[in-house]
Amino acid sequence: MKNENLYNYILGIADNSLILGQRLGELCGHGPNLETDIALTNISLDLFGQTRSYYQYAAQISGGGKTEDDIAFLRMERQYKNVLLVEQPNAHFGFVLGRQFLFDVYHLLLMEKLQSSSDETLVAIAKKTIKEVSYHERFSSDWVKRLGDGTDESNKKMQEAIDGLWPYTDELFQLTEADRIMVSDGIGVDVSKLKKDYLKRVSEILKEATLKIPESKYFQKGGKEGIHSEHMGYLLADLQYMQRSYPNMKW
Amino acid sequence: MSEQEVKNLEEIFEARIARDEKIEPKDWMPEKYRKTHIRQISQHAHSEIIGMLPEGNWITRAPSLRRKVALLAKVQDEAGHGLYLYSACETLGISRAELYEQLHSGKAKYSSIFNYPTVTWADMGAIGWLVDGAAIINQVPLCNTSYGPYARAMVRVCKEESFHQRQGFEIMLSLCNGSEEQKAMAQDALNRWWWPSLMMLGPVDAESVHTEQSMKWKLKRKTNDELRQQFIDQTVPQAELLGITVPDPDLKWNEETGHYDFGEIDWDEFWQVVKGHGPCNKERMDARVNAWEEGTWVRDAAMAHAEKKNIKVAKAS
Ligand SMILES: [Fe+2]
Ligand SMILES: [Fe+2]
Ligand SMILES: [Fe+2]
Repeated sequence: MKNENLYNYILGIADNSLILGQRLGELCGHGPNLETDIALTNISLDLFGQTRSYYQYAAQISGGGKTEDDIAFLRMERQYKNVLLVEQPNAHFGFVLGRQFLFDVYHLLLMEKLQSSSDETLVAIAKKTIKEVSYHERFSSDWVKRLGDGTDESNKKMQEAIDGLWPYTDELFQLTEADRIMVSDGIGVDVSKLKKDYLKRVSEILKEATLKIPESKYFQKGGKEGIHSEHMGYLLADLQYMQRSYPNMKW
Repeated sequence: MSEQEVKNLEEIFEARIARDEKIEPKDWMPEKYRKTHIRQISQHAHSEIIGMLPEGNWITRAPSLRRKVALLAKVQDEAGHGLYLYSACETLGISRAELYEQLHSGKAKYSSIFNYPTVTWADMGAIGWLVDGAAIINQVPLCNTSYGPYARAMVRVCKEESFHQRQGFEIMLSLCNGSEEQKAMAQDALNRWWWPSLMMLGPVDAESVHTEQSMKWKLKRKTNDELRQQFIDQTVPQAELLGITVPDPDLKWNEETGHYDFGEIDWDEFWQVVKGHGPCNKERMDARVNAWEEGTWVRDAAMAHAEKKNIKVAKAS
């Protein structure tokens, strides 16, 4: 592949949308009420839409007749580059919204910066995506505030979720090798520089939600390098089931 | 109100319906009209919501990104249908909480077809094609029903249902144009969904309790048997187009009547499922009840938060 770094860079962004979309897809029909069910499905649909744009571009870069579905369904677990945060399970609604919130704030900052990429296709995707993501961020931060500053029970549950997910936030700001090369080429975003704004925004919302900002200094990483949590294999078993059971067919 | 006065109101009311006027929420209506409509509209709303589950079962396993997005959007449409229909029902003076309570306690019914399991991907095709197809046949006449909010909800719903039906047929078509395995998967799905789809159009006329009154109120414009015949006549040529076989050895075109003759429906199976003993009745109810119970703390929090906000606003002003 001529442009392997760009290919890997795109997957590094796209895999987050794919895996988070898949997690939200599990919830469709099981939400706490119809309105949130519909809203979460909307977010899932947006994320899959983004995934497709990125993968179609990546497939084009890769050449050799590769398709978006080959990239989505036919890689080994070690080849998926999503962060650990997005693969965390839907333990309860606090985790669902907490995961969404902690990702959305990052995602919005990333899309803002990606609009200044020197790669036109990525700019076009970022411009479309940023509208969707600002809606997601508003939705998830509103819910974090509602659950944080709701009842005693909801405050406890939301805090539990934020504490549980916090160790996965730092990975968002780590640069992979492909990131570094793409940053120096003017294509990629230096995500390490997003951390300050991220912590500021997240702290503001948590404060408004009467939640404590976790103090833990211990973080987890590995997703970006393809070393995932034990949850990932099961998620992929579902995701890949049809393509693995019936190879080389059209659907 | 004296008996005579009520009788006069009823006559005016029936005359309005006969003139094809719409009845609106604030209009006077006979108690029986209100109750019948609450029952039918809520049954319909519950069916949309329960109907999300069998197809939701395949969202995480859809075979391509394109199909996954289409399926998610379809299931989301069904949630939307549930929303409009609950809203229409609420205009008759019943709350959403009461309606859910009726569903969760097993008091309210929903379409029995959703008590069958979705065991392969082809079921996503068969459901869209047959189940949404039968739903359209049931529902298109309701776009002109007498109760305004229901009629208007149905116009929106029907548009989306025909889109679902085409999408389902298109899934079947891809399978039938695919490998031997895919074609077998499509045939198997038709075998399993054909008879339950025919049952969806309701018991035979002789056993249908509500038909006569419902006809008068335009809640029904054709009998169950007429609707079933229409469904069969419309669907059999589509199966031929797909190149798969309808699992009914007695199915035969009748030159004289201009309709298909068809075999005996297993009504024992129908009543077994209606009475709660189908393959997935328990799973469907459990899924709804669990979602509702696990969501309690979330809904309570949202309410508590809104109250706190109101108090803040009140203090500030
Ligand atoms: Fe529907
Ligand atoms: Fe329907
Ligand atoms: Fe539908």
